[in-house]
Amino acid sequence: MQTTMRTLRFIGWPWFLATLVVLVVGFREAIFLVPSDAAQGDVGRIFYYHVPIAMLSLLFPYINFAASLAFLYWKRRDPLKALAADALALASAEVTVVYTTICLVTGSLWGRAAWGIWWTWDERLTSMLILWLLYVSYLMLRRFSATGQTHSLAAVLSVFAAVDVPIVYMSIRWWRTQHPSPVFGGGPDSGMDKSMLPAFFWNLAAWALWGIFLLVTRFVLERRNQLAEQDDALRAMEASLEIPQ
Amino acid sequence: MIYLHHVLNHLRKDLRLEWRSRDSINGMLFFSLLIVVVFSLAFDPTGYPTTARQISGGVLWVAVLFASVTALNQSWTREQRNQVLDAQRMAPSPASALFLGKALANMVFVSVVELVLAPIFIVFFNLHPLGSTWLLALVVPLGTWALVLNGTFFAALGLRARNRELLLPLILFPIAIPALLAMIQSTTGILTGDDMLNPDLWIRMLTGYDIIFTIVCLLLFETVLHAE
Repeated sequence: MQTTMRTLRFIGWPWFLATLVVLVVGFREAIFLVPSDAAQGDVGRIFYYHVPIAMLSLLFPYINFAASLAFLYWKRRDPLKALAADALALASAEVTVVYTTICLVTGSLWGRAAWGIWWTWDERLTSMLILWLLYVSYLMLRRFSATGQTHSLAAVLSVFAAVDVPIVYMSIRWWRTQHPSPVFGGGPDSGMDKSMLPAFFWNLAAWALWGIFLLVTRFVLERRNQLAEQDDALRAMEASLEIPQ
Repeated sequence: MIYLHHVLNHLRKDLRLEWRSRDSINGMLFFSLLIVVVFSLAFDPTGYPTTARQISGGVLWVAVLFASVTALNQSWTREQRNQVLDAQRMAPSPASALFLGKALANMVFVSVVELVLAPIFIVFFNLHPLGSTWLLALVVPLGTWALVLNGTFFAALGLRARNRELLLPLILFPIAIPALLAMIQSTTGILTGDDMLNPDLWIRMLTGYDIIFTIVCLLLFETVLHAE
């Protein structure tokens, strides 16, 4: 455990610097190098932020779900590994909430500029909002639940959320469909012009690196909290064993 | 067979407890009645029958949802008195039987409330349904089961939490959104007779939701009961 922490800290700084460099390159590509959009003008440049972040905010919930399943599996078999899995679940849930929030806010700004409205109850917007609601409620449960129970209850709720997401997606799809169809794999007209690709992939890489950096930092922080709690518990037990003569 | 016996025992116990006090049914009834009255005042449905048909599905389910949340918290608090829940934890009967019994009992309570509420609702909202009304006999139990099932489960989840009363709606509503959407869409479709709303599709979806979450709840309840 200690060695893993040290390795992570060792990688941390170079990773952070690399992320900053890629973010700067992505910014230059998206704002200065790519020709402005034929239909939308400079407003369309928000695409390079909105879409990568939206894609990533759909990725982190999977990490949360996998970590929660791992927690439930290790709970009785290997409690120490289970604790690590729980820290990962918490970290990924928080990053999910951050990324979905950014996705909703940038989408809303873009919607105002492109469609003239801040919000519409369309398929993708609604499902993203519900995803955000689900993970905020997950964090609420973690905050409110009784101390010893938090890990198991949160893992259970995460499983519920994961089961709920596909149902939400299908039901909202039947309910209504204003957002453009997916950029990739959404029909013959989908896909991007070649001139857009570098800016898109630089930003996707930058925000992925940044997300992973946040995730790992939060994970290490939570692990330290857990270790500190274990130490406190041990010390309290030792103190209770020393019977005053 | 033995499992069924356990479930029935739990169900009988919960029904008997409720019969002696009738706290949650009375509370839910009056609460949902108040919600219906407030909404009637807000929308003036007797003056606009078309609007009444369009909104009443939503109003009905919101009333049932809020009312059942108030009762669901109570249903586990009963078990906490005199450490009954700790005894349940040690009992050799499967944990999911306890859950299933309680969910069925809550289903009975909420259904009673709906049966009393429905005529009042029709009178207050001056409703003349245009679609095939018999489908409601399918939508209402399916919808109620979706709410009660997840509600009972999450009430157990928040049993020892701080702010227990607040926590239940906070985690129940986001998970129940697809079910609520299906109930409201199908009910509105039936009341307005608008085939564009496609009630059949929503009933099928609601059935799927019920089956999936019944399985998930039964599988995970033991983890929740022994969460330490």
